[in-house]
Amino acid sequence: MSYCPHTDKEIEKMLRVIGADSVDELFSDIAPALRSGELKLEKGKSEFEVMGALEKLSSNCRPAGISFMGGGFYDHFIPSAVNALSQLPEFLTAYTPYQSECSQGTLQIIYEYQTAVCRLTGLDGANASVYDGGTALAEAIMMAVRKTGRKKIVIDGGVNPLYKDIIKTYFSGAEFSLIEIASEGCCMARKKFKEALDGGTAAAVIQNPNFFGTVDDYSDVTASAHSAGAAAVGSFYPVALAILKTAAEMGFDIASGSGQSLGIPLSFGGPYLGFLAASTLYLRNLPGRITGAAFDSAGRRGFVLTLQAREQHIRRERASSNICSNQNLCALRALIYLSLVGKAGFREIAALSRDKSEYAKELIGKIPSVKIKNTAATFNEFVFETDFPAEMLLGAMAESGIDAGIDLSVFYEGFEKSVLISFTEKNKKEDIDFFARTLAKFLSEKQ
Amino acid sequence: MDIYYTKDHEWVKVEGRRGIMGISAYAVKQLGDITYVELPEVGKEITKSGVVCTVESVKAASDIYAPVTGKVTEANSVLESAPEKLNESPEDEGWIAKLEISSPDDVNDLMTPDKYKEFLKSLE
Amino acid sequence: MKLIYEKSVEGRKGVKIPERDVKHYPALPDNLLRKFPAGLPEVSELDTVRHFSKLSKENYSVDSNFYPLGSCTMKYNPKALEEAAALGGFRNLHPFLCYSPSGKHSISGALELLYNLEKALTAVTGMDEVSLQPMAGAHGEFAGMKIAAAFHASRGEERKIVIVPDTSHGTNPASSAMSGFDVITIASDKNGEMDMDEYKKNLNGSVAAVMMTCPNTLGIFNRNIREVCELAHKAGALAYCDGANMNAIMGKMRPGDAGFDIMHLNMHKTFATPHGGGGPGAGPVCVKKNLADFLPGPAIIKGADGGFSIIKRPRSIGRLAPFFGNFGVLVKAYAYILLMGGDGLADASEKAVLNANYIKAALEKFYELPYKRRCMHECVFSASKQMEQGVHALDIAKFLIDRGFHPPTIYFPLIVKEALMIEPTETESLYTIDEFIEAMKDAAQEAAEDPELFKRHPLSSCIGRLDETSAARKLNIKYPEK
Repeated sequence: MSYCPHTDKEIEKMLRVIGADSVDELFSDIAPALRSGELKLEKGKSEFEVMGALEKLSSNCRPAGISFMGGGFYDHFIPSAVNALSQLPEFLTAYTPYQSECSQGTLQIIYEYQTAVCRLTGLDGANASVYDGGTALAEAIMMAVRKTGRKKIVIDGGVNPLYKDIIKTYFSGAEFSLIEIASEGCCMARKKFKEALDGGTAAAVIQNPNFFGTVDDYSDVTASAHSAGAAAVGSFYPVALAILKTAAEMGFDIASGSGQSLGIPLSFGGPYLGFLAASTLYLRNLPGRITGAAFDSAGRRGFVLTLQAREQHIRRERASSNICSNQNLCALRALIYLSLVGKAGFREIAALSRDKSEYAKELIGKIPSVKIKNTAATFNEFVFETDFPAEMLLGAMAESGIDAGIDLSVFYEGFEKSVLISFTEKNKKEDIDFFARTLAKFLSEKQ
Repeated sequence: MDIYYTKDHEWVKVEGRRGIMGISAYAVKQLGDITYVELPEVGKEITKSGVVCTVESVKAASDIYAPVTGKVTEANSVLESAPEKLNESPEDEGWIAKLEISSPDDVNDLMTPDKYKEFLKSLE
Repeated sequence: MKLIYEKSVEGRKGVKIPERDVKHYPALPDNLLRKFPAGLPEVSELDTVRHFSKLSKENYSVDSNFYPLGSCTMKYNPKALEEAAALGGFRNLHPFLCYSPSGKHSISGALELLYNLEKALTAVTGMDEVSLQPMAGAHGEFAGMKIAAAFHASRGEERKIVIVPDTSHGTNPASSAMSGFDVITIASDKNGEMDMDEYKKNLNGSVAAVMMTCPNTLGIFNRNIREVCELAHKAGALAYCDGANMNAIMGKMRPGDAGFDIMHLNMHKTFATPHGGGGPGAGPVCVKKNLADFLPGPAIIKGADGGFSIIKRPRSIGRLAPFFGNFGVLVKAYAYILLMGGDGLADASEKAVLNANYIKAALEKFYELPYKRRCMHECVFSASKQMEQGVHALDIAKFLIDRGFHPPTIYFPLIVKEALMIEPTETESLYTIDEFIEAMKDAAQEAAEDPELFKRHPLSSCIGRLDETSAARKLNIKYPEK
């Protein structure tokens, strides 16, 4: 099945107009020596057969059941209207809105999305989104590097380790120096971090809540960054921003983060959404697409892609980034999600996620051999430690039907027996109770 | 004050070691509506033919090259909020930077207004 | 149309939030909290549904309109792909399970799919190994250039230059610069192919790679492609293929066989995953064996028992995505490949090239054709004849909107003045293409008859031509909060 509608008669007619004897003749620029034989792939199949094969693969993806997994990727409730509206064919099968008159739908959505990101972060401008939270943070750092002309990057140990990996890839060039300040427990090593900021620093890079779930007020740290002439660059969890101090209130110049929690399914790692916002001073350094309001000659308001002169299709090697797409459909999902849950509902989701986490913390904190490692406030996740390797503990929990969190030993030294556990409004009290009982039972039997 | 032009369509007015630079009416016409001028920082050292700053129109970004070697002593901050001044008055109110010129001889290979006019004709 | 924020009414609620079954805990200390709630919309579910349904009607899309946007391969996106990606096992799978002790079992279906997709992509491209991490074509290019840098560094060589032809996509030089390279641009010759003399002159021991789009952005298959690769190799450089135009050559030639060392693919172009108004896409990067160790992210391997596992690549350039890239998009691409099969993919390329050549032949008399030769999947005209009347490519684009067609790509490639770049794709019927050809002929005629009237298009859209200059001068990129 190739979805090509051509009949033999039509092909003949077209070849006559072209002046060719066969379709293959059209490929005569490809020298015979370069011609490949038939593709070594199976023949095409019907939808029925293909869906059958895929359903089999899908059914071979079997999580334990109850899940407390997060680590930057959260299972929040997705209203049905998010799926229904984002699947409208005019959104799904359009491309980049280069021609504004026949793309007002997409353009207005981007403008509304940019507005939502500004309102969440408190910052002055946002772009139309980038690939994910990690590449958003990398782009944010690139903005700081371009603006300051400096090459040193100071990054807090509490930044998501996967994002740190991505940043290492982006800034692996010899000209950059990437300094990571290891966390003290589950908190920023504040004094060390501030001491690392100097006249050569382009960016101070911080995540709130950090990967361990700890929430903090980094106003003093952004002030230190500014007195060193560096940009304060942050990565944020948008659901937490519903109640937590905003990027702007803390003095961040650039805010980034993953929009996955805003109505986008987990889907084994993507596609997600990276949001990127900046203060006025950094606006013109934003990479990627930006939509602005404009008017036609009749005075009607519409929307256009603006500030395109920064982009790769015009500046080529001098562009602010090579990015030439955005995660538009995911940005649309985020906007629909935020509209549906609304101003009050979004705060309630944040409060519920935190309170379930507090409940769990209280409950499992009572189990004698469990230690809660966070010494400061947390939002919807925290780290607990037992006397057993995390891998063993998680394996046991999975056998009882619980994916109890993330094994931190994979990413950090000194966390061999630590698990990062997360909660959203979807986690029921009875499931948290079941987990606490199962955990207590496992620990008492092993002791 | 003497005025000289480059082949890249910058102009520089010179009085001793002081200079003012901008881009010519012809250049502005080629660029179309200017939407943003990324002004050079005061104190920036510039080298003849090196990039001084960038101007943007809706669908283009163009580098502006230094007509002479020297240092930027002032940038025309009016252009920050009113880039249209560059379209309206490119060789007067739309000046870009004031300069301290290192070597007055730098202008020797630039064009006088008459020569520049001839040069423009040759481009047609 | 009003913004969702303008439709907002204080106190109005949308969907119901799950019931609270735990107590209210004391609030966090004030210094950790935001001062004011974020000004999100306050609208009902129906308000939201109407708002977005109406907005969708202001878009042209492949499902409703012919969309011959050159270089973007706007082909039909089979509906089955959406159903495939929405299968519960895929859609709800937490990515951190790949690091979990229980994960080995719970993610095996997903790993098998990714493994099979990698194998299929090697069959189509003639390359040996694939990383599915890059999340878009430009991201794949970045990966490729980082691989080139890592390869040369591993041999103790410092090579700083990347060669691109002047027809290249803007992302090629931008990705090279992001990877720390300096870019040399080589002009095209009168045939629309990279000037070989200039290329040879610039090829030396400091060149890291040459980046070629194959076929190129003029829609032309460069007949010297093999020599370009061979010369690069002789100079110790790598040959990179921008696979954005792979839709032209599937089953006809494989870049790997022509000597390319690295290439990326665009799943949203060649493999029919929907463009979504500008993303998400996926841009897998494919390499020859000798570069496999440098690929980004972990590798998926198949054990002797048929099970799949994840291993770290020893000399990887590192991670480019948190896990395995845009998995949901990759599921769609895989479903597409299964539906099409090797025979279907080859057929798609044949019909894509047939459609483009037909349009070229039909319009040759009406528009200037800067390169008069066979084209591949797209043809590039110039509006230079119309320019004599003061009519630009942009005006022709706006005219086409009134005729219900999405315009072609305009002003690209940069070397063609007033370029009109038309890529019909294989899924369009002769009927639709003939309608488009008629509209293009009418455009040429009306532009000649009354250029001033012609420049008033579009007249049928929800909005007229917008003042982009004022928009860029007085930025308004968010709705002000009251």
